[in-house]
Amino acid sequence: MSKVRVLVGTMKGAFVLTADGKRKDWKVSGPFFAGWEIYHMKGSAADPNRIYASQTSGWFGQIIQRSDDGGLTWHQPGLKPGEPEMPAFPGKAPNRFLYDTSAATGKPLTTHQWYDGTQHPWEFKRVWHIEPSLTDPGTVYAGVEDAALFCSTDGGESWHELAGLRGHGTGSQWMPGAGGMGVHTIIHDPTNTKRIYIAISAAGAFRTDDGGINWKPINKGLRSPYIPDPNAEIGHCIHHMAIHRSRPGVLFMQKHWDVMRSDDAGDNWREVSGNLPTDFGFVIDVHAHEPETLYVVPIKSDSEHFPVDGQLRVYRSRSGGNEWEPLSKGLPERDCYVNVLRDAMAVDTLDQCGIYFGTTGGQVYASADSGDTWAPIVRDLPRVLSVEVQTLN
Amino acid sequence: MGETDNTTVAQVRVALPYHLRNLAGVTGEVLIEVAPPVTLRALLDALESRHPMLRGTIRDYATGQRRAFLRFFACSEDWSLAAPEEPLPDAVAAGQEPLLIIGAIAGG
Repeated sequence: MSKVRVLVGTMKGAFVLTADGKRKDWKVSGPFFAGWEIYHMKGSAADPNRIYASQTSGWFGQIIQRSDDGGLTWHQPGLKPGEPEMPAFPGKAPNRFLYDTSAATGKPLTTHQWYDGTQHPWEFKRVWHIEPSLTDPGTVYAGVEDAALFCSTDGGESWHELAGLRGHGTGSQWMPGAGGMGVHTIIHDPTNTKRIYIAISAAGAFRTDDGGINWKPINKGLRSPYIPDPNAEIGHCIHHMAIHRSRPGVLFMQKHWDVMRSDDAGDNWREVSGNLPTDFGFVIDVHAHEPETLYVVPIKSDSEHFPVDGQLRVYRSRSGGNEWEPLSKGLPERDCYVNVLRDAMAVDTLDQCGIYFGTTGGQVYASADSGDTWAPIVRDLPRVLSVEVQTLN
Repeated sequence: MGETDNTTVAQVRVALPYHLRNLAGVTGEVLIEVAPPVTLRALLDALESRHPMLRGTIRDYATGQRRAFLRFFACSEDWSLAAPEEPLPDAVAAGQEPLLIIGAIAGG
């Protein structure tokens, strides 16, 4: 029988939630890495027992953890007991993310724009998002703050930067948003291994068609009145992007304000906010079996990061945007002032698609009927940073 | 600052903060063998060689510098800003006193 495994990253550790295909009775495991910030966890589609986690701390920096048994046990890649010991500092290591500034790989970019418009050194802070390859469990990508894309081809034991992203020409103009400047979205085209989409807050969306060597901004049609040139090539604060695997050229985006859609792989965007009560928000996702069915969680405004009127609502569009319906059955009707962060929504692939999201109040909600009804899996976790789900057969 | 002319490998005591003890899978202080002279750099190199999961958590990978929210103390002295090549006090080199690695206190 099928079952689902929900991977929850929080401000104080990781949790693994499991249930059978009915998705009614849940087992909660954790906290793993208690006391650490777990920005993201994601399993390999090629080997679901392999899960990568980004463990980070303001005191101790970045750690990459890996599980090869579905989240039961964890180790830093290459440092499992019994494995050959690595060379001493500062040699190869699973948590070593060094920016590539060599002329051989492009432009030796060392600064980006700071809040005040001056140039500021690129400084690694943490891994925001981990995206395993769709076909090789040993290949995995990491989106980091300050914004860059790294890749490992040895299961996370060592990392190298795909320097063409920062070096393609606009990197020196990128600027952080209030939450920092990080690569938070990485999407593989399931039909074209050379094509990857990424998004950066607050630089915009970018695409490579050659496996990460060359990149170009894909922000035409985005309009951001709060930046000096609202129609600029870069500088847009994208919060998240999503695709349906059957139509990888169709992209959906939750921008700072505006829900957007592109039907040509990001070359052009149009707004599909339609009748949403507010088009500010962070998450966006697509139904597993219906490529025109979208989910967002409207948030009141960029100054008030909580639901409108204290009512937590997921909004669903069955028409690829513009027409939206509120989904509220089982969600708080009043006095709810949580947020849902950009990586904190996911869908499973069971016949009756399940939708999951986590809140800054520590609740993880699940719907086993495409969003018609909801119930909390857990209510009192630490602030939820990310939610991913694996469908297991 | 200490001096040592001892040529034998010393067993140096290191007190790690809670999260680094968990990461290294140890309880209490750790004992690290260090060939003299026992400097901060030699001790951290040996510590990270013995417990490689700590690499990058005490010294930043990009700069090699002590991470900003960590401090080093030895024999009631603050060694956070000492040169990495400076020999640690004799009492630390002899294993009589630990090197303390301490994280900044954060409330809330």
